[in-house]
Amino acid sequence: MIKAVPKPLEEVLGQVKDFTKVLIVGCDGCVTVCEAGGMKEAKVLASALRLYFTQAGKQAQIDETSLTRQCEKEYLAQLSDKMDIYDAVVSLACGCGVQYMAEMYNNKIIYPGVDTCFLGVNEERGLYVERCQACGRCILAETGGICPIARCSKRMLNGPCGGSDAGKCEINKDIPCGWELIYERLKTLGQLDRFEKPVDPKDWSTSRDGGPRTIVREDLRI
Amino acid sequence: MRLQYPPNVRIIEVPCTGKVDIMHLLMAFEYGADGVIVVGCLEGDCHYSAGNLYAKKRVNRVKEILDKVGVGGERLAMYNLSSGMGGRFAEIVREITEKIMELGPSPIRVATGKATGPIAEVTT
Amino acid sequence: MSVTTPSKLQKMIDSGNFAVTSEVGPPRSADGAVIEHKGNLIKDYVDAINVTDNQTSVCRVCSLACCIRLKLMGLEACLQMVTRDRNRIALQSDILGAASFGINNILCLTGDHQHFGDHPKCANVFDLDSIQLIQTVKMMRDEGKLLGGHEFAVRPQMYIGAAANPFAGPNVAMRVSRLAKKVAAGVQFIQTQCIYNMDTFKEFMKLMVDRGLHEKVAILAGITPMKNVGMAKYMQKRVPGIDVPDDIIRRIGGVPKEKQAEEGLTLAVEQIQELKEVEGVRGFHIMAIEWEEKVGEIVERGGLFPRPQLA
Repeated sequence: MIKAVPKPLEEVLGQVKDFTKVLIVGCDGCVTVCEAGGMKEAKVLASALRLYFTQAGKQAQIDETSLTRQCEKEYLAQLSDKMDIYDAVVSLACGCGVQYMAEMYNNKIIYPGVDTCFLGVNEERGLYVERCQACGRCILAETGGICPIARCSKRMLNGPCGGSDAGKCEINKDIPCGWELIYERLKTLGQLDRFEKPVDPKDWSTSRDGGPRTIVREDLRI
Repeated sequence: MRLQYPPNVRIIEVPCTGKVDIMHLLMAFEYGADGVIVVGCLEGDCHYSAGNLYAKKRVNRVKEILDKVGVGGERLAMYNLSSGMGGRFAEIVREITEKIMELGPSPIRVATGKATGPIAEVTT
Repeated sequence: MSVTTPSKLQKMIDSGNFAVTSEVGPPRSADGAVIEHKGNLIKDYVDAINVTDNQTSVCRVCSLACCIRLKLMGLEACLQMVTRDRNRIALQSDILGAASFGINNILCLTGDHQHFGDHPKCANVFDLDSIQLIQTVKMMRDEGKLLGGHEFAVRPQMYIGAAANPFAGPNVAMRVSRLAKKVAAGVQFIQTQCIYNMDTFKEFMKLMVDRGLHEKVAILAGITPMKNVGMAKYMQKRVPGIDVPDDIIRRIGGVPKEKQAEEGLTLAVEQIQELKEVEGVRGFHIMAIEWEEKVGEIVERGGLFPRPQLA
């Protein structure tokens, strides 16, 4: 799932401090799971903003709500009748949700309330780790189910480099060397022969390098 | 044991400080509390294993928020006491009341002109 | 190792003599005289001079410009290329550019992560990795083809090198395995990480010999003289992938401060003598970091001087 972290409160304060009617919109999708932008976080942010405006002696209306998903128009449309009330909106969705909201409410000022980070897993509550870079052409079948693009700091397809040390990455002792993980897994699976076969340069055109991406599924479209 | 503590304190009982949510603490300040203390069991003695540790994290987060929004994190504190420490409890409440008196009324209460603002307090 | 290029380094290795290479680090300014000076310091003692490519991710004069400068001085240059900063268009473009000046040696590297360098906030590229760069150079040289498919007539005559680190994890067998992959990709010579742990290196070479890999690729053993015990400790603790055993620290630290440099040089010479006896070692790559003036002394005392003159 998409992982995000709340933006520092002072950054959000700096953006909304000159408005008087602000709506905080959480998203019940990915950002709720990583506790960065769900209904709960929307409430906390709204309360903090109310405290800020009140102590500053300013009359302000700060409300909060949350939508099932901000990456779908049907859910964003649920805001249509109350949007006019507000001067600005803080969206706690990932970057997709923030943009889709801005697209749908073209004349409204929309601020992001979270920093969207990566596609990852929940190792524990409060510990989220990247696993996928959405390169558009999955090679996990060849690499023992461990992605070198997401898990090697140099996204090497023929790793590990000479900097791995005691199973850790050269850039940080807390990051496992992705290629040592791959090597060990291939060994476990009896597929070490894969390890000595050079992997050709990757076609990055399905990744970010190919420009903004679109999926067209004719089988699903009317 | 009849221990005296200041009368302007409102006690809100919860089964465990682990039940105390960030929103409970923030709402207390929104309603005009001058100060809030959370009193949980001794660390390591939580009946639900880690309730008081969660409370500690939440208290710290709210203190940070209060600092950033101009209310002041020093208006919130957490203490860990056992059920046999009633004397210490009364003492803490007296101390914290004095401290809050020194700090003066919460800026929220000043701004909203609420006449009385009790010190809200949460305990187990 | 079958493809023959005009490389003088290849000629030396193929002649059966121990080859000697060294490297120079370009300056962090537009001062071209630095490379000229460093090149002149070592030119009589080595068969080829590597120019590092923004080593440790610190921005410097580009390797290509320095290699051209050395070439114009009549010296044999080895173009180091990392894939960190350039995509396949830029890499191939630079290879063609180097070859157009008659540069015949290339060292294909992935490169340190920029996290270590002076621009830790930059984007990295890593379009290719070192092994894919080896494949690319080989394709350009042997098939006259770019990765994009364009075919051309005048091919870069590159003697293809790469690095190997027998000391990085998880074990020596995996490191041999990875080197086998570089051989499969087409590498012809290897300059190893600096060797301090002789036991590990010998174990590595034994596995290489057992698999016959030493006949498919020429191993140049990496030698870096220690300037003082501080450097030894720094390399032990801070430099990823370098294995400095405690007895080296004790040895360098065991002599008075003013004698430590001398002890470091003697250690390097002893390492060369010992490595000459290791099967599969075909030469030496001397990395005297900001200490180029000592390369000559190491080569002479290591019994590698004068350099054989090949026709």
